[in-house]
Amino acid sequence: MLAWTIYISFAGALVLALMPKGNPALARVIALLVAAAGFAIAIAGFAAGAGQGRVTIIDVPWVPMMGIHYTLAADGISRVLVLLTGLAAVAGVLFSWNINRRTNEFFAFFLALIGGVYGVFLSFDLFLLFVFYEIAIVPKYFLIAIWGSTRREYAAMKLALYSFVGSAMVLVVLLAAYATAGSHSTGLVNLANANLPVSFQMWAFPVAFIGFGILAGLWPFHTWAPTGHVAAPTAASMLLAGVVMKLGAYGCLRVAIGLFPHGLDPWGWSFWGIGSWRDVFALLAVIGIIYGALVALAQTDFKFVIGYSSVSHMGFVLLGLVTLTQVGVDGAVLQMFSHGVIAGLLFAIVGRIVYERTHTRQFGELEGMYLGRRLPFAAWAFVIAGVASMGLPGFSGFVAELQVLMGAWIAKPWWTAASGIGIVIGVAYTWRALQKAFFSDRLPRPDEHPKEGWPKFEAITWPEVTATCLLFAATLIVGIYPSILLNSIEPAVKALLAGGMQ
Amino acid sequence: MNYADLFRVTLPETALDIAALLVLILDLGLLRKAALQTRIMASVLIGVLGCSAAMLVMPYQAAGGLTYPGSPDLLLSAGGYTSIAQIGILVLTVFTLFLLVGSDFTKHVGEFVAVVLMAATGGLLISAGQDLLVVFVGLELLSLGLYILTAFAKRSGKSAESAMKYYLFGGMSAAFLLFGFSYLYGLTGSTNLHQIMRALYSTTANGAAPLLYVALVMIAAGLGFKVAAVPFHLWAPDTYEGAPAPAAAFIASVSKVASFALLIGVGTAAAHSLDPSKPMHVWITASLNPKGLPTYFGFSGPWSLIIAILAVASMVFGNLAALAQDSVRRLLAYSAIAHAGYILLAVAYFSRSNISANAILYYILTYGLTTIGAFGAVSLVERINGSDRMDAFLGLYRRNGVLAGVLLILFLSLAGIPPLVGFWAKFNLFAAVLRVDRGVAPFALVAIAVAMSAVSLYYYLQVLKRVFVMPPAEDGPVKGSPLTIGVLALITLAVVLLGCLPGLMQSWMATFYAGM
Repeated sequence: MLAWTIYISFAGALVLALMPKGNPALARVIALLVAAAGFAIAIAGFAAGAGQGRVTIIDVPWVPMMGIHYTLAADGISRVLVLLTGLAAVAGVLFSWNINRRTNEFFAFFLALIGGVYGVFLSFDLFLLFVFYEIAIVPKYFLIAIWGSTRREYAAMKLALYSFVGSAMVLVVLLAAYATAGSHSTGLVNLANANLPVSFQMWAFPVAFIGFGILAGLWPFHTWAPTGHVAAPTAASMLLAGVVMKLGAYGCLRVAIGLFPHGLDPWGWSFWGIGSWRDVFALLAVIGIIYGALVALAQTDFKFVIGYSSVSHMGFVLLGLVTLTQVGVDGAVLQMFSHGVIAGLLFAIVGRIVYERTHTRQFGELEGMYLGRRLPFAAWAFVIAGVASMGLPGFSGFVAELQVLMGAWIAKPWWTAASGIGIVIGVAYTWRALQKAFFSDRLPRPDEHPKEGWPKFEAITWPEVTATCLLFAATLIVGIYPSILLNSIEPAVKALLAGGMQ
Repeated sequence: MNYADLFRVTLPETALDIAALLVLILDLGLLRKAALQTRIMASVLIGVLGCSAAMLVMPYQAAGGLTYPGSPDLLLSAGGYTSIAQIGILVLTVFTLFLLVGSDFTKHVGEFVAVVLMAATGGLLISAGQDLLVVFVGLELLSLGLYILTAFAKRSGKSAESAMKYYLFGGMSAAFLLFGFSYLYGLTGSTNLHQIMRALYSTTANGAAPLLYVALVMIAAGLGFKVAAVPFHLWAPDTYEGAPAPAAAFIASVSKVASFALLIGVGTAAAHSLDPSKPMHVWITASLNPKGLPTYFGFSGPWSLIIAILAVASMVFGNLAALAQDSVRRLLAYSAIAHAGYILLAVAYFSRSNISANAILYYILTYGLTTIGAFGAVSLVERINGSDRMDAFLGLYRRNGVLAGVLLILFLSLAGIPPLVGFWAKFNLFAAVLRVDRGVAPFALVAIAVAMSAVSLYYYLQVLKRVFVMPPAEDGPVKGSPLTIGVLALITLAVVLLGCLPGLMQSWMATFYAGM
């Protein structure tokens, strides 16, 4: 059933691409219906899959001569991430309700991207996974280049090239694993059981991890993320931060760690306490957490704050993955969901609710606008999203980051200590953004005072309220009752860490 | 040799030549007073019928091909890779002929179509030839046709200039090739590929003679020119830019298929002359003893080495040079050089079974199809805007949505984005290289190729950016005849379908090897 999420998204994209121009209202409704149908299927699939392990949805030979199968399957991790994708898609369409230029093309690219993302999360053939992974690159480019803002062409090209370089690295690993395994199969389960030589895994693991890690915002390959997020139109930045970065993290987990577990073994020698690829990537993740937070603290553009905060939060995901402990990886997967929701919310508030009304994202200008009083909905929403992002108990971020830190403590205590600093800085930059954008007590300079009184902002529309509430509900439900997802994640992670993907 | 047998093997060539003569008779005789577009339609129709006839008579070719009298060695082969390449040549010729519809660069339509058909005959001969002399005659037949086609736009100075350059380079490379062939004949006393290979294995048991290296370098230079491999590529950008669009598409597709079919023929002959118990990579020389050739980068045999060097040079230089282009035709030329580089990797690592041959054919046929579509789209834009500069493509999505969609799919396929066919071709090709040899060198070469194809995305996106993102510089629709648009849409559909169902073409190709 879950496979239909992919098909209806692509079908929706095709319909929108072929439909006659000049009827934006219809395009919006179609896009919303498709996204909602995908979300409904994702929920149904999630509910139906409760308590089950990996369920194969379809498995037919695709390229018989090369042993490539069209294998779609879902385990606990996939179901959670498919759920996230459905949620982000619906919210994304709602927050793009005001797109009036080339509307049907916008939603066509949007749904094509969503279809590719669903596909990655459901593929259990490395080849198929790669195909969907690459399908997601092209729509991102056009979404940013056509409908974006600040330096959009530069940001779009940068994003496309970074993604393509990452996927080129993955392709090298894919070809090498296919040739080395010699079984002429690219099924994830077959490859995991192929007993790939340790010497091969030792180089394949870092190449695959970096290849996917580029898209997950792994420091120092993260630089596409802030520029891309800032330039993208709101729905695209929600998707970029919400699900596309998760594609990278998911690939790190499913492919790099799942297929090449011996690549994480100790090298047998160490340099300054770094004795394995695991230590290397943990160090990069910790640097990412702190660096992202520090840079976010220094931004003058509201959206850049959120962009860099994504790098910081994705650092937790990557750190959780390389802890290789049950609790740490559970936390990483939960953090993928949590950050997907919260980052989506933050980008929506900054990019849609605030920017579309004030037409500026500079703190210097926002400070003099009394936004706290003139846009109370935005202020309230940002307060809640901000505290969720800081990791306040009761919201999903808290449970996720706590688990990652616990896992990191079991692995190496200093990882926890160092990333703890990142959390503290996280509180600082969120607070600073909140204060500067909404609750500044700086009085407007005389020249900033409009002569005719403050103009009324456009009223908050129903799509904005609906989508905001939807995302709030998601982060609250998971924060208060995390088992709803963890019950599904835990067995899947356990199976994956045990090796062989059984 | 029996002439009836020769006739039975060369049935497709005969069909094409008859069609060429019919075109001339019809166009120069009956349709002298008719309107240009009528003459084009009639000539194209006959050309298409000729190609179809050639395909229809292929099953009646003598099975296995034609041998020398009193010897089991082949003179002309049929079936297997030869038939695939020949069908490919014929199909691609049909598509290039359709590009002629609606164009007005020449009034001599009949001659154009006739020359195309005769050049295609040369391509068919090259694909079948197992004898150096037949190969050379086929190559010259093809090349002479290509020089004429390049110069066909008589009103355009660029066309004449590029044809002159192409002709001078081509003449020189043919001289190199013939020189290399003469050395091979001197070394082995035969002009038959199979006999040459066997003789080389026995005469070079103690290491290859320096003369062999000279001969192989000469031959590589000659064939490198045909496939536009660096450093023998200099003609390509000028020719692609100056030649009329159907001619350029013909050079980029049919001529490439024929040349790679020849390389496959050389590889197959070498592989099949070798004792199956011996390792595959030591080929053309029999340097299996310790006193043999030095080992270069883990694989031996001067041929592999030369081809691998050409491959790396082509894919690196082709991709980097394409980054700097402003003319879309030149961009396509440099991208063709890069694609030739990828394919040469599989030529360097050639397998005894038909994996490599099929991977190369899959790549070159689908690439040929894609590039014909790209040239068709570019020429439509050129006809309206009078230029093939990047800026001529500004805002094309608003001026002709279908054409913009065609360019999107074809260029992404060239860049190797799944699920389009270009991606499968690349994957298939690189997998074939790695299946032949799992050493460090092939891994490194494939890694370079994959990295370079990441570079290529940039310049393809530069064009697509102008098509979709930037606003149009001038208004007014870009129109093409319904037939042209239909053919382009058909090519695009094929690129998508073959990409989604890659097994289709592979199993089709496998049927040609049944019973061999």
